[in-house]
Amino acid sequence: MTLSAFLAFLGRRLFKAFGVVLGVIIVAFFIVRLAPGDPASVIAGQSGAADAQFMAQLRQQFRLDEPLFVQLWIYLKGIASFDFGFSHRVQRSVLGLIGERLPATILLTGTAFAFSLAAGISLGAMAARRVGTFADSAVTVLALTFYATPIFWVGLIFILVFSVRLNWLPALGMFSVGQDYTGLTAVLDVAHHLVLPALTLGLFYMALYARLTRSSMLEIASQDFVRTARAKGLSEGPILRRHVLRNAILPVIGFAGVQAGQLVGGSILVETVFSWPGVGRLAFEALLARDYNLLLGVFIVTSAMAVIINLITDVVIALIDPRIEVEG
Amino acid sequence: MSGFWRRFARNRGAVIGCVIFTIVLLMALFAPLIAPGDPWRMAGPPRTDAFDPAHWLGTDMLGRDVWFTIVHGARVSLIVGGGATLAALLIGVTLGAVAGYSGGWVDDVLMRFTEFFQSIPSFILALLIVAIFQPSVASIVMAVAIVSWPPVARVVRAEFMSLRSREFVQAAIVLGQGRAQIIFGQILPNALSPIVVLSSFMVATAILLEAALSFLGLGDPNVMSWGFMIGSGRSTIRIAWWTSVFPGIALFLTVLALNLIGEGISDALNPRLHDRGEA
Repeated sequence: MTLSAFLAFLGRRLFKAFGVVLGVIIVAFFIVRLAPGDPASVIAGQSGAADAQFMAQLRQQFRLDEPLFVQLWIYLKGIASFDFGFSHRVQRSVLGLIGERLPATILLTGTAFAFSLAAGISLGAMAARRVGTFADSAVTVLALTFYATPIFWVGLIFILVFSVRLNWLPALGMFSVGQDYTGLTAVLDVAHHLVLPALTLGLFYMALYARLTRSSMLEIASQDFVRTARAKGLSEGPILRRHVLRNAILPVIGFAGVQAGQLVGGSILVETVFSWPGVGRLAFEALLARDYNLLLGVFIVTSAMAVIINLITDVVIALIDPRIEVEG
Repeated sequence: MSGFWRRFARNRGAVIGCVIFTIVLLMALFAPLIAPGDPWRMAGPPRTDAFDPAHWLGTDMLGRDVWFTIVHGARVSLIVGGGATLAALLIGVTLGAVAGYSGGWVDDVLMRFTEFFQSIPSFILALLIVAIFQPSVASIVMAVAIVSWPPVARVVRAEFMSLRSREFVQAAIVLGQGRAQIIFGQILPNALSPIVVLSSFMVATAILLEAALSFLGLGDPNVMSWGFMIGSGRSTIRIAWWTSVFPGIALFLTVLALNLIGEGISDALNPRLHDRGEA
């Protein structure tokens, strides 16, 4: 692909990403307006925590005296200037709260995403190579199992087995309490805490990608160019690696990009189980306190995160696959 | 069709799935007979160990019998699984049929809309909907349906695009049949098999979603559910593991059964795909 074609593709793709984020903000706006009661009382929640001053502040923030489309425009303008409103519960701006928790979530979902792709593609490739054997069946059973297991329950079982019984890995949090580690020890400490949550979040998607890689490889393996490679006298190993796998992983990466939103959504459950101090845990706290301003902020920010991951995978695919039709 | 049933019955996984699912269905139907009384009540001493003769799956911190909660929890799982799937089919089939049959800009707009719903974190959207509309079976069904219809729309659209140029559709057009009649009377019946396969997987996903919502405390407060039990046992997992573990196993088996059934139907409908090992 030439540079100008690539830039045009990137531009179209960015435009689409922008459209999705805009759509998310509009959805968030209308959910609050469709709920019974006026938006200020919906946001203030049924917790009884709302005082008159907060209600007045909310009414002013939403400009409830203006027509609906003016309200939407004001809301969009607010988000565009990174004004997500105020969290009444902790008396802080929503953006500040989310910003503080974002790095932990990016670390967790990023690790889980990389792990699920790497492990899923390896397992799927292994199964496709030995199709019909015991290894193939084992991968199928493994995938079927993780595909049917609720991730929050897997997390609890991991805590039970690896923390409570075996005492191998920490169950809660991101750092060891009371230890002021610095440098490499601090990194290792976080990594130690990361193992169980990242595995929990990643295993479900690993199962998904393993099945997809397997069927994608079997499909590619039956195509003419593979027969040609074989006729050329290439041995099986290079054929699988260079011809089959390289073509087969493209749809898997594409699918993983589309699934990024689900992965980010799943982090709410995993962060809740492991008390991981990220945006997901923040969403759970917001839920308990009926802090809907904060919850709306989490919805918009995590959607934007999913859109960015999707964008990156699309660009990666466009770069490694020269055949791809570069159309938005 | 008899060929279909023969192939389905030969699939060991599908048969196991059917057996498990039938058991869950019977449990839900006859819950008041199998586990009489209110599942929320204190049925025995709190934190009775599992495998106790009186409470064979133990009791939780409030003395609720875990086995009773599993039997009654099957109800909401199946109601939400079935209800949300039906609602999602209604949205997805309508949008997919219109997009696939119309083509052009209508198709373009509807597919952008579908893509939008697929690329956002649907679990957080469901969470938001249930939280703001107050947790109830109805709001959960609605939220799960709103996040689960996109795959249906895509599949139905693809089917309609390939079917709309076929001869029987042209014949119907020549006979002067209306658009709605062609879409629902002619094409849809021919596009049913992939929809049936998808539905089975969708019920499974809907059940998992409901459990996840209840786990976070967004279940219907009047109805016992597996997700609620797993969530309520979470903080006491070190001292009463059975409270969370057994409802989780019930959830796992039900979802597994539905996935196995879905695959069985898919393989039985496309025997050639399966023989090539591509199913």
